[in-house]
Amino acid sequence: MTARKGAPAIKKLPDKRGYFGAYGGRFAPETLIPALDELEKAYYEFKKDKAFQQELSYLTKNYVGRPTPLYFAKRLTESIGGAKIYLKREDLAHTGAHKINNALGQALLAKKMGKKRLIAETGAGQHGVATATGAALCGLECEIYMGSDDIARQSLNVFRMKLLGAEVAEVSIGSRTLKDAINEAMRDWTTNVATTHYVLGTVFGPHPFPLIVRDFQSVIGKEARKQILEAEGKLPDYLIACIGGGSNAMGLFHFFIGDKGVSMIGVEAGGRGIVPGEHAARFAGGSIGILQGTKSFLLQDDDGNILSTHSVSAGLDYAAVGPEHAFLRDSGRVEYTYATDEEALSAFERLSRTEGIIPALESSHALAEAFKVASRLSKDKVVIVNLSGRGDKDVQHVAKIKGIEL
Amino acid sequence: MSRIEKKFKEVLRRRGKAFIPYVMAGDPSLERTREMVAILEECGADIIELGVPFSDPLADGPTIQGAAQRALGEGVTLGKVLDLIGSLRQSTQIPIVLMTYYNLIFRYGEEKFVRDASLAGADGMIVPDLPPDEAGSLLSLSKDPGFDIIFLVAPTSTYERIKKVTRASRGFIYYVSITGITGSKLSVDPSIGSHIAKIKQMSGKPVAVGFGISTPHEASEIARIADGVIVGSAIVKRVSDSNENLKDYLIALRKAIR
Ligand SMILES: Cc1ncc(COP(=O)(O)O)c(C=O)c1O
Repeated sequence: MTARKGAPAIKKLPDKRGYFGAYGGRFAPETLIPALDELEKAYYEFKKDKAFQQELSYLTKNYVGRPTPLYFAKRLTESIGGAKIYLKREDLAHTGAHKINNALGQALLAKKMGKKRLIAETGAGQHGVATATGAALCGLECEIYMGSDDIARQSLNVFRMKLLGAEVAEVSIGSRTLKDAINEAMRDWTTNVATTHYVLGTVFGPHPFPLIVRDFQSVIGKEARKQILEAEGKLPDYLIACIGGGSNAMGLFHFFIGDKGVSMIGVEAGGRGIVPGEHAARFAGGSIGILQGTKSFLLQDDDGNILSTHSVSAGLDYAAVGPEHAFLRDSGRVEYTYATDEEALSAFERLSRTEGIIPALESSHALAEAFKVASRLSKDKVVIVNLSGRGDKDVQHVAKIKGIEL
Repeated sequence: MSRIEKKFKEVLRRRGKAFIPYVMAGDPSLERTREMVAILEECGADIIELGVPFSDPLADGPTIQGAAQRALGEGVTLGKVLDLIGSLRQSTQIPIVLMTYYNLIFRYGEEKFVRDASLAGADGMIVPDLPPDEAGSLLSLSKDPGFDIIFLVAPTSTYERIKKVTRASRGFIYYVSITGITGSKLSVDPSIGSHIAKIKQMSGKPVAVGFGISTPHEASEIARIADGVIVGSAIVKRVSDSNENLKDYLIALRKAIR
């Protein structure tokens, strides 16, 4: 059972040009191409470098607190009355979300490459906090780009970044959310590329970012696979994760891709429903296009301009999705669906009350789908949900939605 | 020979340098753009770069971002810009190069785009987020109608990259003067002169320099080392000035570029 039988074609992706089938690539300004080449080369070098791997694995264990638990949510399972629900507790990783897995890896890589400064975009603020943390740990300068709408709804994380010594640059143009924060971070990188590394926070952007971020996040599924075999003596029937850019999902899915019996579901933000401007479900309402360095599914109008998006969760409120997900969707290996704001908010409260765990609003989208799936399945089936982050950052925002003043 | 190649040949034969101004189509209206093209030609432009607005222009600074927002607010699309060029062709034969982002072209359809753009009378395109590595299909589609795809070389480009870009680029080579985005303050690396000389020698193609060039003084400094000078943000900033002030500025630029 532990032997990996697999789909080697999938394992070997992306190809040399950074493509996952028809998706991915490197649609970046010429100024950045040498930096992307340099990053790719450094990444492959350090991947093989024993000292680097030792340092990363020491920090992964003693600083991040990995492995994170795979927790059997007994009361939740009973209340739903179907398949067993396990939670992969990324909320218990240092800084409170899976984002640290990637940010720490890239911070170490940047330091080894001799970079002095880290920049990043952030939506929910979790990737910004994780990057600021990596910068503090490695003694690097740090600047985080964040849309003004997100600054308003994730103010706790803004203050955390500042406490960690990072500057937070407010982006008040365009969507005032994640998409424009990425544009600004790219512009900064284009200007300061000699000294600066751009810590992209999800499996998106020009090659090699989708590859690097997936690899640093794949520790999630590597652990979960081992943990579920120990707990249940078999592989799970379903893996379920939310999809912003898609990094926590790729992290969970990657080491299970070759396990044919394991079904996988990615959950996008359905917002107020699949009407242009009211959601961020790229697979439900989008089409193929090129944005911010990569070819994938986007929410765009007939002319190719990018549409505005909406989600109650800042981390999913984004017009494009990682190219590997577009590939996995076409190949049929992963199924993609969405949860609405309302469903996510109700899952947020349900997990809090049944298990004493307040989930991030992003993760609540995965939970909402998991409740539906589990209730359809028999009690001997097993579902793993990626609990990608904790919900402390969302408490104020949820109170506001409920009309409660804190 | 394409219209752009002819223009450079003609400019260089009389030992001159090409003046290549940029305007955003539809900022603040397509009518104003039509008028701007006439003014630019009157003031001695050799080639005109016409921006097509995209919602997420990640190689552009605040000035051109703002222009794109205004143009999108006017409902300007790639199709409407091609229509504008088509109607401009009744009164001018000045070479026109489109500058935009790849998603607009991808969405329009590459084949249809090259056909419609050539039919309208556009002469080429500059797409900052499309390096030659990703331009295979467009390159083969555009060979026949003589529609030039102009690629960019940056100060960060390695020897290998320069070789690749200059080989692919047609019409001219766009040398980005600074490590940065459009509209940044110009601070030229002292090695730029020898860099450009090497690129010219390697490629045998004309090299025009742009990004951050704003004053006539800067333009004249760049003109000494390049075959052409591209001025973008500084003109976009003046798009709503009186025609008189605008012309004074353009004529000063024209005089400086030689
Ligand atoms: C807790 C949490 N989960 C999920 C996401 C979505 O990102 P991704 O799809 O890359 O995992 C975010 C992004 O901010 C997040 O903070």
